[in-house]
Amino acid sequence: MLNFDAITVGDALPCREHTANIVQLFMYNAAIWNPHRIHFDHAYATAEEGYPGIVLDGPLQGDWIGQVVTDWIGEDATLISFGYTNRRAAMLGETMTAGGKVEEKNEQTKEVKVSLYLQNGEGDVTIPGHAVVRFT
Amino acid sequence: MAELLSPEIKACIGQSSPSIHVQVTRRDLRKYAVSTGQKAKKYLDGDVAPPLFHFGYAMEILPVDELRKDGIAEDKLIPELPLKRLMAGSSDTVYHRPICAGDQLVVTRKLKDLYEKEGRSGPLIFVVTEIVVETQAGEPVLNETTSLIAR
Repeated sequence: MLNFDAITVGDALPCREHTANIVQLFMYNAAIWNPHRIHFDHAYATAEEGYPGIVLDGPLQGDWIGQVVTDWIGEDATLISFGYTNRRAAMLGETMTAGGKVEEKNEQTKEVKVSLYLQNGEGDVTIPGHAVVRFT
Repeated sequence: MAELLSPEIKACIGQSSPSIHVQVTRRDLRKYAVSTGQKAKKYLDGDVAPPLFHFGYAMEILPVDELRKDGIAEDKLIPELPLKRLMAGSSDTVYHRPICAGDQLVVTRKLKDLYEKEGRSGPLIFVVTEIVVETQAGEPVLNETTSLIAR
């Protein structure tokens, strides 16, 4: 149970690693109906678009940092807003770490603002993000 | 800097795509939850949508022979731009209520803005769109503002 009063600015949100395989990436693109070849056609992604491999969808990575928030709040708070920015590409097979930190806490509105990140094995942030949750 | 965006292109700002009517099925929610690696039971059971589930509703469903060589469906909301390489930029969503299995939703995309900027490696065009999701009764569900960058 996550308690508003126990949250402190600077608290780290539990982080989680994601390593999508080709089957998961296929299912994701099928689920959202995305036929862009860079997400499943290795020869096309490398030869035609110059990527080093098959490209992970930006919104899939966005979803992974969204899960940092939704797993953290569970049923104890409501997601009010969520955003992310595609800063750099990530390739299939890379292990990405999603995490976040409490940035602001508003005692009046019972809202908490968090910053979020997804980073690759080199420590580069590929997708930064932010979210606001409200406790009741 | 030369003007890249002609008055004809700028005139497209404010236009909307035809609204799409969707019925949210538990099966679609479960597919999305599994493929994104969700852990929460409410998502895996398909009761409620994870925050970015609606992204797929913005995807056009076109016959295969109408897709471009790269597999993408041409986006009719965005006018033809003088810069061709499109990159995903940012996404910001405000949530009014969760999407649940059984919801009947109306999804509308709007072209909110087009503007140019000089980037480090040349000119950039920013394409700002909004996805508005409402229930059929007109209750707001969410608003997502996305920006794409053409270079």
